[in-house]
Amino acid sequence: MMESGPMTGPVPTDGTADGAHPRSADLSGVPAKPNPADAQGELGGTFWRRFIFRRPLAALILQRLGLSVGLLFAVSLMIFGGIEALPGDFATTYLGQSATPQAVENIRKDLGLDRPWSERYLSWLGGAVQGDFGTSWASKNSVGEQIAKRLGNSLFLAFFAAIVSVPLAVGLGMLAVQFRNRLPDKIINVVSLAAISLPEFFVGYLLIMFFAVKFGVATFPATVYDSMSFTERLSAIALPVATLVLVVLAHMMRMTRAAILNVMSSAYVETAELKGLGMFRIIARHAAPNAVAPVINVIALNLAYLVVGVVVVEVVFVYPGMGQYMVDAVTVRDMPVVQACGLIFAAFYIFLNMAADILAILANPRLRHPR
Amino acid sequence: MPESSSAKNALLSVKNLKIEATSYPPGEPPKTVTLVEGVSFDLQKGKVLGLIGESGAGKSTIGLSALAYGRGGVRITGGQVLLDGKDILTLDKNGIRSIRGARVCYVAQSAAAAFNPAHRLGDQVIEASLRHGIMSREEAKKRALYLFQVLGLPNPESFGERYPHQVSGGQLQRAMTAMALCPNPELIVFDEPTTALDVTTQIDVLAAIKHAIEETHTAALYITHDLAVVAQISDDIMVLRHGKTVEYGTTKQVIEAPREDYTRALVSVRQTKRDEAPDQTGTQLKIEHVSAGYGNGFKVLHDVSMHLPKGQTLAIVGESGSGKSTLARVITGLLPPTEGRITFEGKELPRALKGRSTDELRRIQMIYQMADTAMNPRQTVRDIVGRPLSFYFGMHGAKKTARVKELLDQIEMGTRFLDRYPAELSGGQKQRVAIARALAAEPELILCDEPTSALDPLVAEGILNLLLKLQEETAVSYVFITHDIAIVRAIADSVAVMHRGRLVRFGPKSKVLAPPFDDYTDLLLKSVPEMEIGWLERVLATRRMESAGN
Repeated sequence: MMESGPMTGPVPTDGTADGAHPRSADLSGVPAKPNPADAQGELGGTFWRRFIFRRPLAALILQRLGLSVGLLFAVSLMIFGGIEALPGDFATTYLGQSATPQAVENIRKDLGLDRPWSERYLSWLGGAVQGDFGTSWASKNSVGEQIAKRLGNSLFLAFFAAIVSVPLAVGLGMLAVQFRNRLPDKIINVVSLAAISLPEFFVGYLLIMFFAVKFGVATFPATVYDSMSFTERLSAIALPVATLVLVVLAHMMRMTRAAILNVMSSAYVETAELKGLGMFRIIARHAAPNAVAPVINVIALNLAYLVVGVVVVEVVFVYPGMGQYMVDAVTVRDMPVVQACGLIFAAFYIFLNMAADILAILANPRLRHPR
Repeated sequence: MPESSSAKNALLSVKNLKIEATSYPPGEPPKTVTLVEGVSFDLQKGKVLGLIGESGAGKSTIGLSALAYGRGGVRITGGQVLLDGKDILTLDKNGIRSIRGARVCYVAQSAAAAFNPAHRLGDQVIEASLRHGIMSREEAKKRALYLFQVLGLPNPESFGERYPHQVSGGQLQRAMTAMALCPNPELIVFDEPTTALDVTTQIDVLAAIKHAIEETHTAALYITHDLAVVAQISDDIMVLRHGKTVEYGTTKQVIEAPREDYTRALVSVRQTKRDEAPDQTGTQLKIEHVSAGYGNGFKVLHDVSMHLPKGQTLAIVGESGSGKSTLARVITGLLPPTEGRITFEGKELPRALKGRSTDELRRIQMIYQMADTAMNPRQTVRDIVGRPLSFYFGMHGAKKTARVKELLDQIEMGTRFLDRYPAELSGGQKQRVAIARALAAEPELILCDEPTSALDPLVAEGILNLLLKLQEETAVSYVFITHDIAIVRAIADSVAVMHRGRLVRFGPKSKVLAPPFDDYTDLLLKSVPEMEIGWLERVLATRRMESAGN
């Protein structure tokens, strides 16, 4: 080691420094990355780090899955804590005028509210993990059963809204790119902007006024019953689906348009143009695959909205979905129902975002095909 | 008339081309600028014409006009582009599409950006041939395989299966050439195909392109700013400046007997020469056993030691990925080293930027390769140069303005530039302003990270002379990072050669750049193109002999 002794002028190092193998002519195209032996020696470290290095894709996906589960637990804690912090409780709401201290105390004891909150949280979480959400305080029915039916209805609505809106949004987005700044693009933009700017209840009532009241081609209210056949159900949800499509379309369409336009200014699109390819092929084959990641994220956000955020539409169309169920439960402080709904909503939200994340990772050829 | 008969036989005949664009200067109404005016040339079948000039000379614009294409708002407003006697500028959309990718193909400067990251290389290479119905999938694949072999790509059978990010820059550039050659075009436009490559890679790609052109009898327009490169590959050369023809003749005539002053200046660029300082024992900057890396435990620098006496220039040479810019980041403190230490004026520098005092920061300044991105586009020259004055010395008002004017004088730019925005300056002027900003801090050491490699030869020459002049006036030291050996020869006192994060060679210029060489330095020096017809063949022949000898 030369500690601090002054160097006596520069010394030319004759010959090659260790490990700096000059590239031979035929090797000169080898990617400039540390050679594997070096990288392994220096990486060392834990199993996880080596795993990231060897299987980056699997590692990223596992990481996302782990994060989602952790996030879900954090959310469950926040839901429980939030409800704890709410003023008022079920007993006083339920008893109303006849709420004597003794009666309130009895109900609280019946429901186990006298136990410490951490104990109640753990027993609730233990049940929820096994799919048992307890019984509703108001109706004394199993929360799980009631939710299953409501959730089925919500998913039914969301599913049809999604299969109409997603392909339509992506298709319109691509069409808008092809006719950029020309009439079709402007029409698509103005119409979708108008749709997104109107509140959903207003769009809903407009549709009811025209299609149910004036022309009488659609059914209202959109309530579905167990006894209805599949086609009857479809015709019942036509208007709420149309409302939802109008609300989510613009966002996805504009993102598709922006993402593809962004890619259209890249050098590889110029290459495609100079290959003499047609405009549609350039958009569909050369631009779209590289615009997938941002578009998927917006689609996931809107799908989550279709499941989680449709309370207003459900109320307008008197549709028996999850959102309405949860709002009803909140007004009577029916905690098991509120907690279960909150947790399921959170799970959907987290799952869809995770799916979008994973799809975006899969859409990246650099991660799919490591060197 | 001989002119018209040659035009008749010519594959590509460009006549009196005029190309315009609309520019939007800030705060002024849009105006039309003429990019190319009155350019005419003929290109025979199977021949190569080199278009050469500074950036902004209109070379790429002329090249793209052979595909009837204008980038951005560029419009071809006059003249004719005759392909086999037919004016392609008069064709409709479908007519133009049937020429692009079929009869005329294009090789872009940055193949890394020009390949679609989402598709396999093979599919992209044969796409044009298939879409134009020139050959069947099987034929196209066979031709791609043949071209991969001709271009010397590794594992030609499986090369097409790879994605662009899985191969190196040099391989991508060759794959792009294969893509252009695949549909059997009559003409290929090469737009600076080797400019983005390291010199040791450039020579292989150059040889591959030359071999492939000869093999397939394709005509080519070869666009570059490097006269030494074009001398190796073209039959004729056209020198362009500001969109006009300066000189047009055979390669031999242009290189060996240039008629115009501008061409002569290009041929004999690098007049700057300076002898190294005799005494190099001082250690203003001392780098001892420094290792550094970025996240994930990847080491970029391995045990690097060197030093620099006061008032001298240390050139760090290496290809991309050699760690030379990382070393500059370590010296500035932007990237704390994992091992080793850096001493400046006898005092050890704190490893990280945060630990350094304002005065320590002031004494080491930096100049970047891209002056554009290193300056705030919304600030005037006065603000840009004045900022270090108020930050380090607390100057303001008239005193500050006076000092800014003084600095502008020092960089040989007048006070009329005071209120200009970066967008209103040329590339060379921007770099001068960046130098003035560094000087404003009255530094003792300036780190120059490839400050001239984005500039044209003559402009770069001016910047180098300026740096040398400033060194004489202020005794500032330079660490000059570059991949250009010619610059090293011109300005350095001592030289450090780096390769893959390690120091290969270090010492006074006269010793490092003289035999006996280590293998890497030898390869590096031999790969620098020389302004001499037949240089490429000679180097390749020597290489073949050497490999046969082994």
